[in-house]
Amino acid sequence: MKKVFAMLLAAVMVAALFAGCGAGSADANTIKIGMTGPLTGDAAIYGTAVKNGIEIAVAEINEKAKAEGGLKIEFKAEDDEADGEKAVSGYNVLKDWGMQVFIGTVTSGACNAVAPGAVADQMFLLTPSASSAEVAMAGASTFQMCFTDPNQGASAAEVISLNWADATIGVIYDSSDDYSSGLYEGFKAKAGELGLNVVCETSFTKDTKSDLSTQVTQCKDAGADLVFLPIYYTEASQILTYANKIGYAPTFFGCDGMDGILGVEGFNTALAEGLALMTPFDANATNEATQSFVAKYMENNNGQVPNQFAADAYDCVYAVYKACVAAGIDGKTPAVDACAALVKQFGSMTFDGLTGSGMTWDANGMISKAPAAVVIENGIYVPMG
Amino acid sequence: MKKILQNKTTRTNLTTYALVTVAFLVLQALSSMGMLTSSVNGYLVPVCVYIVLTISLNLLVGVCGELSLGHAGFMGIGAFSGIVAAALLQSAVPNGTLRLITAMIVGGILAGFLGFLIGIPVLRLRGDYLAIVTLAFGEILKNLIGNMYIGTDAKGLHFSISASKMELLEGGTYLIAGPKGATGVEKLSTFSMGFVLILFTLFIVLNLINSKEGRAIKAIKENRIAAESVGINVTAFRMKAFVVSAFLAGMAGALFGLNFSSVTASKFNFNTSINILVFVVLGGMGNILGSVISATVLYLLPELMRGLDDLRMLLYAVVLIVVMLCTWSPSVKGWIQCVCDRVKGLFHKPGKEAVSNE
Repeated sequence: MKKVFAMLLAAVMVAALFAGCGAGSADANTIKIGMTGPLTGDAAIYGTAVKNGIEIAVAEINEKAKAEGGLKIEFKAEDDEADGEKAVSGYNVLKDWGMQVFIGTVTSGACNAVAPGAVADQMFLLTPSASSAEVAMAGASTFQMCFTDPNQGASAAEVISLNWADATIGVIYDSSDDYSSGLYEGFKAKAGELGLNVVCETSFTKDTKSDLSTQVTQCKDAGADLVFLPIYYTEASQILTYANKIGYAPTFFGCDGMDGILGVEGFNTALAEGLALMTPFDANATNEATQSFVAKYMENNNGQVPNQFAADAYDCVYAVYKACVAAGIDGKTPAVDACAALVKQFGSMTFDGLTGSGMTWDANGMISKAPAAVVIENGIYVPMG
Repeated sequence: MKKILQNKTTRTNLTTYALVTVAFLVLQALSSMGMLTSSVNGYLVPVCVYIVLTISLNLLVGVCGELSLGHAGFMGIGAFSGIVAAALLQSAVPNGTLRLITAMIVGGILAGFLGFLIGIPVLRLRGDYLAIVTLAFGEILKNLIGNMYIGTDAKGLHFSISASKMELLEGGTYLIAGPKGATGVEKLSTFSMGFVLILFTLFIVLNLINSKEGRAIKAIKENRIAAESVGINVTAFRMKAFVVSAFLAGMAGALFGLNFSSVTASKFNFNTSINILVFVVLGGMGNILGSVISATVLYLLPELMRGLDDLRMLLYAVVLIVVMLCTWSPSVKGWIQCVCDRVKGLFHKPGKEAVSNE
């Protein structure tokens, strides 16, 4: 009997250990913003970019609050390794911490796992970069700062039909990747509508991406003079290198995942000359806001140039900050009330940031901002006419 | 009653059941009183899933002595078939718990059947070859699911391995959409059902180990040639262990799939298989209670170390190495045994000992 009692006591003590961690004290002037993203693992480059972008915005806002008074932000990031299961754990940890607004997650797969839970908890969710349509459709309180994949694919088809109406088009996409196949599907639907001449569609998967020569040759044999690449820049750099090797020189056209190609190690950037891509953010832009952001980012991160993930994240913080100020949300507002107020604000406000001006959100939480296409000339982005 | 308890195996088995039940009752009580934080609440079901996976793999690796590196593949099959089954039964079976049970059974049967098919060629191999082939099968299953499209509309169920060939009518939904996996899954899994599944797994595995079949399986592990020479059909008994293991992994997979709003095929990769194997090895080969404890501790460890940021992965590895050294080194083992005896001595009254010896 004594033994059973001792075991029971031990079990209760262990359980109490788990239960012991509660939310910290709330400061009326500080709102708590949480984020989860892949800070380790394969996709860490995206997660750390988002975290760094958020940290710059938070530091700026807190500095301003120190000088002039006003709302401050406390920020906490949790690692999710781009995995749905870990993302849910990270989100729960942030909730225990007392998070009022959630900026995340970074990747679509993880965000799809978190979003319905966040909707059920009535936690406001604004993702900088999870672009799958399901994220926005999860509920009324989920919003995106980036374009939804099918929408971006459709805009790409529009840009192509405006500039290269007579082109014969080849497509190479990653069928195992949900970003890439989402873009491709949006593109295909719009291309059919606009009557674009698509002569070759070819794909690869995560496991076969080390050699993409077959796909390039297929496009060449089909006589495509424009190749649409709705993929990330690492694979795109391989495609450009191989195309150059076999003397194939079509116009290449990419989406926002292409942003970063000029920074690929060991890649001859001369090959990217004439490459067109859709990107909401241009680190070489001359406006003051972008330049100050790029300078700060490079200073904090050993001279690394920020990509669109960082810029989207930076915009997320300012959009949330602006909405919080307008709605009168402070550190004492419960997350549920903050969510309702923010949904209202995001439904009606217009926001100007690094990744576009005059941004608005529709009832689903999808963003509408002008899609910008650029061409690489002499190693820098030049806005397309 | 005393006589039953004197059997060491029975005592260990009863301790396992008791420990799991007590842990469940305490956590359930705390949860219903609202005393658990949301993060702890979130860990409950995944811990149950990993316990079941670890026990089922232990049956194969620890008891049967076959190294399988494709356990996550079976888990994935269970997860996705469970999700499809639960979605299809939505109108026919409105009760969530009943639907979850059906989904788990469907997931288990499908995984068990695939385990049987795979087992036909695979179980004729030994040692390293078996490990390599199971690893390959795990990856094949992952890629297969990652390229599979299943959807429903007014016309019924559609299946394809190419997105362009899937044309759903207005109002149709995708249940599995290739690389995107399953999204918008209704969360049916509960901690109670996870507990029931653990009990079910324990019941099956512990009884199997202590049965005639179990002794044959253990004989095969100890010495294959000797076992064959006494007339044990080696392939058939290995197959039994393999299929039971796959079946339980499929059930755990269904519980896992229905616990998250979205599941992608890439989750069920080689890393997950290895992770489960690590739980088995550190819990002790063939030690079921050890599996329960190691799965719980090792799953929670990286989560509880979140405060350490990037250091946690390093510390996790260090903990694994320390545990490995401790459980294998004879001197440390002796030391632990000594401490255990001391602790036991605290609870045993000398007088009581005398009574039971009479």
